Amino acid sequence: MSTILSVRDLSVTFDVRKPGSWPWTAPNKLHAVSQMSFDLEAGQCLGVVGESGSGKSTLARAIVGTVPSSNGVIDFEGHDLAAMNPAQRRVHRRDVQMIFQDPLAALNPRMTVGEIIAEPLVTHEPGTSKAERKKRVQELMEKVGLLPNLINRYPHEFSGGQCQRIGIARALIMKPKLLICDEPVSALDVSVQAQVVNLLMELQRDMGLSMIFIAHDLSVVKHISDQIIVMYLGRQMEMAAAETLTTRPEHPYSQALISSVPIPDPALEKARVRPILEGELPSPLAPPSGCVFRTRCPKLQASCAAALPVFEDVGGGHFVACPFHAAEDVLAATA
Amino acid sequence: MFPNKATVEALEDAAHMAEVQGRSLWGDARERFFKNRAAVVSLVVLICIAAFGFLGEFVAQWERDFVDFSLMGANATQGVPSFETGHYFGTDASGRDLFARVVQGTRISLMVGVVGALVAVVVGTLYGATAGYFGGRIDGIMMRTVDVLMSIPFMFVLILMLVIFGRSLFMLFLGIGLISWLDMARIARGQTLTIKNKEFVEVAFATGVHPLKIILRHIVPNLLGIVIVYATLLVPSMIIFESFISFLGLGVQEPNTSLGALISEGNKNVGNGTPWQLAFPLFFFVITIFAFFFVGDGLRDALDPKDR
Repeated sequence: MSTILSVRDLSVTFDVRKPGSWPWTAPNKLHAVSQMSFDLEAGQCLGVVGESGSGKSTLARAIVGTVPSSNGVIDFEGHDLAAMNPAQRRVHRRDVQMIFQDPLAALNPRMTVGEIIAEPLVTHEPGTSKAERKKRVQELMEKVGLLPNLINRYPHEFSGGQCQRIGIARALIMKPKLLICDEPVSALDVSVQAQVVNLLMELQRDMGLSMIFIAHDLSVVKHISDQIIVMYLGRQMEMAAAETLTTRPEHPYSQALISSVPIPDPALEKARVRPILEGELPSPLAPPSGCVFRTRCPKLQASCAAALPVFEDVGGGHFVACPFHAAEDVLAATA
Repeated sequence: MFPNKATVEALEDAAHMAEVQGRSLWGDARERFFKNRAAVVSLVVLICIAAFGFLGEFVAQWERDFVDFSLMGANATQGVPSFETGHYFGTDASGRDLFARVVQGTRISLMVGVVGALVAVVVGTLYGATAGYFGGRIDGIMMRTVDVLMSIPFMFVLILMLVIFGRSLFMLFLGIGLISWLDMARIARGQTLTIKNKEFVEVAFATGVHPLKIILRHIVPNLLGIVIVYATLLVPSMIIFESFISFLGLGVQEPNTSLGALISEGNKNVGNGTPWQLAFPLFFFVITIFAFFFVGDGLRDALDPKDR
């Protein structure tokens, strides 16, 4: 298996100016994503989870290139996407496609479904004949579970799940190598979620796609991913195989996150002891020193504020950014 | 168990069914517009006025620049509107056929309005959409340019232009074209700012569509609704503007004329017992502007049904 995407030290910061400030005053830096490093093997699915505001979507947008990265390397099949100029990058965009959260907002209301799905084709293969284009669009519509005779309809005539299928068809028409799904199912109701997730898994298998799947619903991510990254305030807290991470999380934040997934059995659910995280996500404008999670961590130690925890391998490709992950009862010992 | 034969056939039928024609937002808007009686009547009136302006020449019995010297000084008695003499609308102070003159005035006034609105739509929309889409420094420079141009008193500049370069129809079109797009550019930019943050624009960008194509394919069609409404409301204000210039005696030059010039002339002769010289041009002027406003209103309701 080969590595298709290799991200090293990726950071995305935004300049935030106070409204009404002078143009020459230095803007505040908002650290949306800091020093992310991971690899994605070809044909695999990488899940990214984290609460709202943890930088999941910004990470996706930095890889797709709709948001400029401020630092780091995005190595896609040997080309550093982050270092390309806009014109070079446009050529590479056919291989990396994205599916968005709000299915209807991602479709231009003035274009027919056929025009929407064919847009990447028109952009990257302008020589394709009209008949050929239509044939490919209809084939793909069938593949994602839409009736091909709806090709002349407009987005507002479809349901949310159908709109998401249109979005998937558009993302797949160029046969991309990497598909990035930014919370593709969070706007859909549960029965439709399952359909869309299963469709994505099926397509991934059939087309040999590599995927990055972002969601804040752990059970969905677990279902579809091979690897999972847990993000908090723009940093990666833990990375492991999906099975390992969901059954034996090491980082206190992942533990809290996983224990928050409800168990569909009232008796078990009631009996469960769960560490409840208190407080809010700190502002990414002024992240805490040292470990960003320390303000809410149940295993907090004095040394946590001093230095960034190392993202270390604890065995079998299981990475954790917490030096105290093994200490089950640090809190009890110090108290 | 065998799959139900009927089901299989139905599915196959569905796959090969004729393509369903979707209902575009434009189609919906058209339907809503045609349900609005006032707007439809106004549209018909506008078409009639346009036909009058462009085809009225063939109905007129007299050349518009033929001066009937026999009527000089006897306008109030012999120049009255009548079918027998062929002067349907009577004659003007110089003894020319008012019908032919009103036909020409209507035509020129309509042209001034439509040319002004067209320049506004084409230049203003593209300019505003470009500024809004690229944002940042480009936006700053482009919109400050508009601000600077807007701060120049244009009536004054137009009058100077007409005085210096001579009073010609071309100068008038140029002057009106120069001003009319400024407001439109601002409106288009404001709309673009909201549209460019929609996800479908991001998708297009992520797909690798060229920025100019994004503007033309994704942004302009989505702000066209508001632009069209504004344009139909701009036409009458352009006509009023031109009339004002002509009323001052700076606009259209003799022997050409416009509704404003005719009204001005009729106004001067109102004391000479020739009320028709004011009444006919004024009637066409008012009707045209009313019709444009109603059509604009109807278009707004049709294109923006949430805003009612």
